Amino acid sequence: MAKYLLIESRDPFDANDVAHFYDLAEGLARKGNAVTLFLVQNGVLPARPGTRSAALGELAAAGVEVLADDFSLRERGIAADGLAHGVTAAPLDVVIDGLAEGRKTLWH
Amino acid sequence: MSDKPTLTFALMDPPYENARSTTALLLIDIAARRGYDVKVFAYEGAVCLPFARQAAHPNAVHGRDVEEEDHPLPREWVAAVMAASERNGGHVDWVNCGLCVDERGVDEAIAGVRRGTPGDFWKMASESDNTLVIPTR
Repeated sequence: MAKYLLIESRDPFDANDVAHFYDLAEGLARKGNAVTLFLVQNGVLPARPGTRSAALGELAAAGVEVLADDFSLRERGIAADGLAHGVTAAPLDVVIDGLAEGRKTLWH
Repeated sequence: MSDKPTLTFALMDPPYENARSTTALLLIDIAARRGYDVKVFAYEGAVCLPFARQAAHPNAVHGRDVEEEDHPLPREWVAAVMAASERNGGHVDWVNCGLCVDERGVDEAIAGVRRGTPGDFWKMASESDNTLVIPTR
């Protein structure tokens, strides 16, 4: 089982290819890999409960750990205690932790 | 992997244009404060991040002088992560792509920045425990 850290920096309302990155995360998880999807910058926007949030809940249900950068959330006025189902706030340190432990890391 | 990881970052965005530059420097800062060895390969517009002639400016629209405006300078952020790394027993090896530097005329970089080629990125990645490429859009 490989470990992956997928970093999504783009807003799904602005970039249609975000869905492909979500699909990659889900596919890797369904193959039995450990997958973390880390949302950063405008990538955190669907973490606010709304029309694009369901996809994140589906990823969590598929076994993907979905985290949202707490700094990016604060910048955008999104409360960490009111995130969409399946999403947890986390510090940017998670990325350095993942790199240090050798996770295969992709930025989108 | 050693107890003290070596991480490589490839950056491509110029300063003042995208949040990716800020996020990249925040990530490098975290690694630097942990005392990790960090290698940075700056490509394309990212070679302007440590450009030594970046200058703060006043803001006439808001009636603020240079000190009041306190305009952020990425070269100071780069210097700060280098200093943080040294304080914590690590090192930041920052390589600017030479061709990218020449194209942009930004050959005056702060101390600690050296000139290289994309081949240096391959060497950096080969010598590191992990690599993060932060591509431009």
